[in-house]
Amino acid sequence: MMQFMLLFSRQGKLRLQKWYVPLSDKEKKKITRELVQTVLARKPKMCSFLEWRDLKIVYKRYASLYFCCAIEDQDNELITLEIIHRYVELLDKYFGSVCELDIIFNFEKAYFILDEFLLGGEAQETSKKNVLKAIEQADLLQESQNEDWGGLSSDDIL
Amino acid sequence: MSDVVEKTLTALPSLLSLDSQPGAGKLSITSKLGSLIKNITELTSKHEESKLIKKELSTIKEQISSPHTTLRQMKEIMVRMIYCEMLGYDTSFGYIHAIKLAQQGSLLEKRVGYLAVSLFLNENHELLLLLVNTVLKDLQSTNLVEVCMALTIASQIFPKDMIPAVLPLVEEKLQHSKEIIRRKAVLALYKFYLIAPNQVQHIHDKFRKALCDRDPGVMISSLQIYQQMIKDCPDGYKDLTGSFVAILKQVVGGKLPVDFNYHSVPAPWLQIQLLRILALLGKDDQSASELMYDVLDESLRRAEINHNITYAILFECVKTVYTIHPKSDLLQKAAKCIGKFVLSHKINLKYLGLKALTYVVQQDPNLALQHQMTIIQCLDHPDPIIKRETLELLYRITNGQNVTVIVEKMLAFLWQSKDEYTTIDLVGKVAELAEKYAPDNEWFVKTMNTVFSLGGDVMQPDIPNNFLRLLAEGFENEIEDKQLRLFAVESYLSLLDKENCNFPQRFLQVISWVLGEYSYLKTDTHPEIVAERLQKLLDQSTISQETKSWIMAAITKLASDSVCSSTVTEIAEKHSVCLDTVQRQHAFEMKALLDDRELMKQILPKDASCEDIEVDISLSFLDEFVANALDRGAAPYKPPHQRQQELSQAKALNFEPYGLSLPISASSYSIAGRQSPTGLSLSSGLSGNSAEMTQKKGSNSLKLEGVKKVWGKEGYLPQSETAQEVNHPSASCPDVEATTMEKLVENASVQSDLLPVALNVKDQEKQQLASSLFVGIGSHDTLSLMGKSENNAQRFRKRSKLKEYSKETERLSRDEFSLQSPPQNLLDNANFSESSENLNGLGTLFTSKFSKKADSTTLDCDKMSKQEMLTVPTKGSSLLFTSDDMVVVKPSHSPAEISFLPSSNQYFSLPAELSQQAHSEVVQLAYNDFLSLSACKIYQKDCLLLVVFITSYSSTPITHIELCFPQSKLKVFNSAAHHFHSLEAKSTVNCQSCLLMEEPCAQLDLVGNLTYHLESEEISELEFSLTLTLLDFVRPLIISTDDYGKLWLSFANDVKQNLNLLSNAKDPLTATLNVLKDNLCLHIVDIIGKESIIACQLLPSIPCLMHCRVHSGMLAVWLRSPSPDFIDCLLYHCQRILQEK
Repeated sequence: MMQFMLLFSRQGKLRLQKWYVPLSDKEKKKITRELVQTVLARKPKMCSFLEWRDLKIVYKRYASLYFCCAIEDQDNELITLEIIHRYVELLDKYFGSVCELDIIFNFEKAYFILDEFLLGGEAQETSKKNVLKAIEQADLLQESQNEDWGGLSSDDIL
Repeated sequence: MSDVVEKTLTALPSLLSLDSQPGAGKLSITSKLGSLIKNITELTSKHEESKLIKKELSTIKEQISSPHTTLRQMKEIMVRMIYCEMLGYDTSFGYIHAIKLAQQGSLLEKRVGYLAVSLFLNENHELLLLLVNTVLKDLQSTNLVEVCMALTIASQIFPKDMIPAVLPLVEEKLQHSKEIIRRKAVLALYKFYLIAPNQVQHIHDKFRKALCDRDPGVMISSLQIYQQMIKDCPDGYKDLTGSFVAILKQVVGGKLPVDFNYHSVPAPWLQIQLLRILALLGKDDQSASELMYDVLDESLRRAEINHNITYAILFECVKTVYTIHPKSDLLQKAAKCIGKFVLSHKINLKYLGLKALTYVVQQDPNLALQHQMTIIQCLDHPDPIIKRETLELLYRITNGQNVTVIVEKMLAFLWQSKDEYTTIDLVGKVAELAEKYAPDNEWFVKTMNTVFSLGGDVMQPDIPNNFLRLLAEGFENEIEDKQLRLFAVESYLSLLDKENCNFPQRFLQVISWVLGEYSYLKTDTHPEIVAERLQKLLDQSTISQETKSWIMAAITKLASDSVCSSTVTEIAEKHSVCLDTVQRQHAFEMKALLDDRELMKQILPKDASCEDIEVDISLSFLDEFVANALDRGAAPYKPPHQRQQELSQAKALNFEPYGLSLPISASSYSIAGRQSPTGLSLSSGLSGNSAEMTQKKGSNSLKLEGVKKVWGKEGYLPQSETAQEVNHPSASCPDVEATTMEKLVENASVQSDLLPVALNVKDQEKQQLASSLFVGIGSHDTLSLMGKSENNAQRFRKRSKLKEYSKETERLSRDEFSLQSPPQNLLDNANFSESSENLNGLGTLFTSKFSKKADSTTLDCDKMSKQEMLTVPTKGSSLLFTSDDMVVVKPSHSPAEISFLPSSNQYFSLPAELSQQAHSEVVQLAYNDFLSLSACKIYQKDCLLLVVFITSYSSTPITHIELCFPQSKLKVFNSAAHHFHSLEAKSTVNCQSCLLMEEPCAQLDLVGNLTYHLESEEISELEFSLTLTLLDFVRPLIISTDDYGKLWLSFANDVKQNLNLLSNAKDPLTATLNVLKDNLCLHIVDIIGKESIIACQLLPSIPCLMHCRVHSGMLAVWLRSPSPDFIDCLLYHCQRILQEK
């Protein structure tokens, strides 16, 4: 199970954090600080996996953003790398050529997408189409402010 | 992905016209969040940022508490709060409003409210309870989005206690028509299963429905639950193996909708999940494994596209193949796959390849040989992660021949590593290898020196402890031991010679202990010089208090060995005015000992750190002193808890907080020994008690006495040795590979002159390194390599440890296959005999397992027979354990005691309610021509009930029968005398008496007489006697460990004694305790490792507590009770019983 996911910039600024294990704020801050430091210190050609305390860290850099996940010992590093990639694809599709600014200014949207993709630290829905469908349904609702929604079929949206 | 994220944020402040950015276009620059973010990015210092955020937070605080804030504004505020929280500022004041927003908001605001809640709170947060109602309401909503939101939050954070409230609603959603709802419901149930597995047990069949759902998404989600459940209990789901295999077959065959493809690989997440489940199901299960061979083979074959995702599947597949019951051609293919990883140019794959090698090298060491050149390259890899993993791999293939090279590599890595976690781990591994495979003393001491300097004060404390114990206990060879010690002394002296050396405290402690203990071995150095070195150390400012104590102890030991030196006197003088009390005490002790050389020699004997120290725990030598003090009118001693009790009784105030310090202060007066084992360790550990100087050294440094001596002088536990030998898989590698392997080994060992000329010098170096690293690994050496326990090469034997043993057995079961399908070339192999030994070893191992089981069954049988024996034949009801509160199992008594009635067909019926209780045989006490007297003991909870049967043989009635027990030591209830007016001819009456033991005694005769009148009117008398033992009056005392601790302190009398241990049993302690328990009616309160605490009581109410510890082949018991006699009697019986066994 994924323990947490962090998004931070090359400057070490946190852009997104999602914790799937209950930790105190103090611990979270400590972990974030340590990890951001460790990951930023790594050179570009180095391995995307780290052993850190008793967790495995999988990270990948997309442009100026680092995506960093902590998984447990029995988890598969490569598939975690693909989870990151799938998330980036989802963001890209949703924002249309995503960039760091999109995530900075619309971080709540990024969270909504993440929650639709990963739930409780496990991949919930791996079909790109389905994730986006769910998000767009909710978004559409926000814009139309239709309180009595529910009868809309998915075909109307896509 | 090239189109993704190529725009960077290089000049954020200049991007004020954000509208040109596609994403930002959705957000108005004039919005409050937008301007907040913009302002923050413009700032240059952390200080400015914090000022700005503080201002922002105070505005937010004001706004959210204002009644005029609309929900829409609240939503906006929440987003800003999330942002501030992400920057690391506390926004806990607003958490409650996030919950409110989720509760009151319309869909739009609700979504943000839920998001804020999931980000702010964790599942232990108390505010979460306030959310439960909202979740309940939304679950019942007709609006799909609301239901979705409720399910999402429930599967992220939900208070464990409130699960029952929402469970029925979530369950209902499993039948929902929309697949997204069903999917989320399954995931919510998965979450519930994780935090409270018991609460979802009743819906397991619904999970099966979810597994068969027509929507693949729902099915995939349900696999998560299954994976968890199978992990918890693989045996419960073996019937599903076929289904999982079928699903995987369909997925691999591309039967799922294209939606689920990821880079044209069908549902990789699903595949990996299924492979993991199959690994769990196939582990140690041949029939289940056989079902999956085909599909695994296909998976390995299909995954050929060169993309990360296929490698992810391959990796999982390899793991599964190596986990399940092995099949040789699958293993071969998996090994090839590992090769692909290792040889890949992609660094991620190489890393995973090394990981896989590390994982399988225990089963197949030849794989490591195949890739030796790659491994060597990885050793010098610029990425420390790769290096680290390579070392991990090398660590697993270490043997007596390559240990020096591997340890050297590990130490080189350690010098560079700054990560504490890695240091701790690696230092422990180096120490382990050094102790196991050290080629000579010099190397060992030097390596350990490096370990201590590198590991410093972060390493596991058992490393220095083990090292010292190793030095102290020595091995078989006395001369070797001396050499090792001498070498250590020499090396430490030269280390201390250096100026300005900053060693870690732990290292200095080791140095000072060794110098104090063994510097006498170095005859050419005067102790004076050693003392001077230590003195110099003592004066350093960087030395901690603890280390100073060690050094002082070492100097004292040195002084005992030599004529009084000026240095020692100087140190003693100097430190006797030291401000630190511990230090001062040491100095005073030193002074006192210097004045009394005889005493000093006695308490600081040479080379005796392993000798047991007899400590008079009760401090009886002070009795006279105490008596004198009492005579002079001093107050009698009260144990601390009693004082505390009195204090709290005397005053209404609670003095609890001060209570803690009492034992410590008491210990400094060296009376703590009277109270408890803990008290003792306090006195020795904290105050450096003078009377126990030597003991202090022991407890502070080595704890020799209490340490498990698994590696005693007698040697290693034979069982674990067999286990280790057995686990070497004889030949898991198929023939073809074996031959290539041999070639490789040849290559390596013949060295560079035989290598092709084309190799350049660097390669030659690498080859040499390879030959030194992989020496001893090959088909011929596989056996000794696998267990990492070359019995002959292993110099420093230690750490047998049960843990290792169980690990071996576990591995053993995994390696079973090598025994079931013996390799074809076994006969050619010189190791044939060894292998057969292994087989035997396996046999014995299993036998021992079985015999253990058998033991327990025989034990049961014993119990049964005892039960039968104890029951009166008449009733036939063989209920020994009657009611729940009656835990008494009565011992069988010494055969002499049980004399059966002359007329065996005559029986006595106990009253029904008594026959249900534990009781003894009916024993005939006395008889004559007219009468017979028999008795039966009934072991009641609160007394011993004696039922006396009076049977008349006479053909005429007997009258005026009177039964008396004129007793002194026993207390007899229910009237000491029984009177029957008359007894019919050929009939039986019974009378009952409750007996209690007034004064404890091991055994006593109950003497009584019976007077009666026959027809003749003359009074006749019949005397009888019955032997009662203490055991008839002992009952278990059921108390908790805590109560035990409290009671222990309150008992004044204690006795220590060594008892025989049933050493032939598998677990001597438990076996012995069980024997005692069954025979003596004791209650085993707790067993902790080699120690156990036991409680019993003598009726009516004298408790006795026992503390047992296995110590050098004996059971050291320590008894405490208010009555010294009871202890004596109990000990007598313990001895008797254990001798009989």
